[in-house]
Amino acid sequence: MNQETLSREVVVGIRQGLHARPADLLAREARKWRSRIELVAESQRVDGKSILELLTLAAEAGTRLVVEATGPDAQEALEAIGGLFERNFNEQGTERSS
Amino acid sequence: MKFSDFVAVDAIRSNVQADSKEAVIREMAKALVDAGRIAPGEFEGIVKAIMKREDLGSTGIGRGVAVPHTKHPSVNRLVGTVAVSRKGIAFDSLDGEPVQLFFLLVSPPDRPGDHLRALENISRQLRDESFCNLLKAAEGPTDIQHLLEEADRHGLVS
Repeated sequence: MNQETLSREVVVGIRQGLHARPADLLAREARKWRSRIELVAESQRVDGKSILELLTLAAEAGTRLVVEATGPDAQEALEAIGGLFERNFNEQGTERSS
Repeated sequence: MKFSDFVAVDAIRSNVQADSKEAVIREMAKALVDAGRIAPGEFEGIVKAIMKREDLGSTGIGRGVAVPHTKHPSVNRLVGTVAVSRKGIAFDSLDGEPVQLFFLLVSPPDRPGDHLRALENISRQLRDESFCNLLKAAEGPTDIQHLLEEADRHGLVS
């Protein structure tokens, strides 16, 4: 099994920050994959499959995070999770329109 | 942010009788009205806004905990309260489990950072399963208040 860790940087574009709804969507997406998914902020590292842990990031708009995926489907997981950030979790009222 | 920064102690309820999502939200919002934290005339609007938010996705975040919330222009600072249901209430949670422990938050629309930090505090403290269980087993509102104060002081979680 491929255990290489892949990573990519994402930016929180939602004006309200990574609040309950996007954290829920993110955890749900992360749980679809077999790989271990972690989100890394400046001072902490949390399990991407746990909404409780994601909320402890208190990541405000503009925060840069690194998503790390380790496992057989790491590449696909990173693409899916990166896509959520790129689409601003389909929220209204976003900081940047990308 | 600490629990004492947003939890209205007079509105803490340790044994809610509600048996549905809307009923528990109403009971908690009513407790905030009775505690003088939200205006009686705003009660229905706030309940409606919280229910609308629940329609977007349940705020049941797992471990028998839910954080129903809304932004509302009638408050000028973050207000919240805590309630416990002994039997648990179906809440469409992430993990499908009934919810026993509720944190209800109403925040001013222009203060998203405060809302995030309240969520951070709640989720950080509740990662500790024993803290969760102590809150769920609390005998009365004063017990809950003391547990929250203790968490504020010591951070039950390292």
